[in-house]
Amino acid sequence: MADVNPGERPLSPHLSIYRPQLTSISSILNRITGVGLLLSAVLIVWWLLAAATSAEAYAQANGVITSMLGDLVMTLSLLAVWFHYLSGLRHLYFDAGNGLDVETAEKLGWVVVIGSVVLTALTLIII
Amino acid sequence: MRYLTDRKRAEGRGAAHSGTAHHWYMQVSAFGLALIVPTFLFIFGRALGSSHAEVLEVFSRPVPAIVTALMLIVGMQHFRKGMQTVLEDYTKKSTRKALLMISATLSYGLAATGLFALAKIAF
Repeated sequence: MADVNPGERPLSPHLSIYRPQLTSISSILNRITGVGLLLSAVLIVWWLLAAATSAEAYAQANGVITSMLGDLVMTLSLLAVWFHYLSGLRHLYFDAGNGLDVETAEKLGWVVVIGSVVLTALTLIII
Repeated sequence: MRYLTDRKRAEGRGAAHSGTAHHWYMQVSAFGLALIVPTFLFIFGRALGSSHAEVLEVFSRPVPAIVTALMLIVGMQHFRKGMQTVLEDYTKKSTRKALLMISATLSYGLAATGLFALAKIAF
């Protein structure tokens, strides 16, 4: 049959027909964390540029980033970067043709979720 | 289905016109970032919140300066190409083109700004 409305075809992924499951949620979170880390990048570059500019500019940038809201944003960024990190490693493993059966894929999903929280806590302790 | 030979099917590098180059870049940069990110987190995490003089001292040393530069270059390229996949999935036509341009501008802009700051501190 001819396509009656070629301009309005649905784009992937078809979220409305999906039952939420760990593999889809971790995939979506991988995107959200990747895009969201732009905010962290902006803040860190601002902080670096301020340090290169003057002591006053640095005091201002450092003050904002280490304020209560700043600490919250940086801690969430840390969680996001560790999630994206582990999720990325999982995708590299998948892309090599491994771990694609449902059971292993779900298990690895939990490794990513729990691992990112553990690594965030560890990082906060070490630094 | 049209009768096609295997050779004909492989010609022209598929619908993306660039074959698997994008996917391969993401894999290579992901591997690179797997090494860079933990090192950068350690350096930046330690420096964040310290005095201005201490920050200048840290980023004028070779290892912190080089790792931060790599973080900016590889990280922002990985971001730009990742955003490209996201935008190609969720947007189309002029919106897609505009957002791809904005994303490229932001990525290169941030990387260049960060590198300038690093250079100013280091030299």
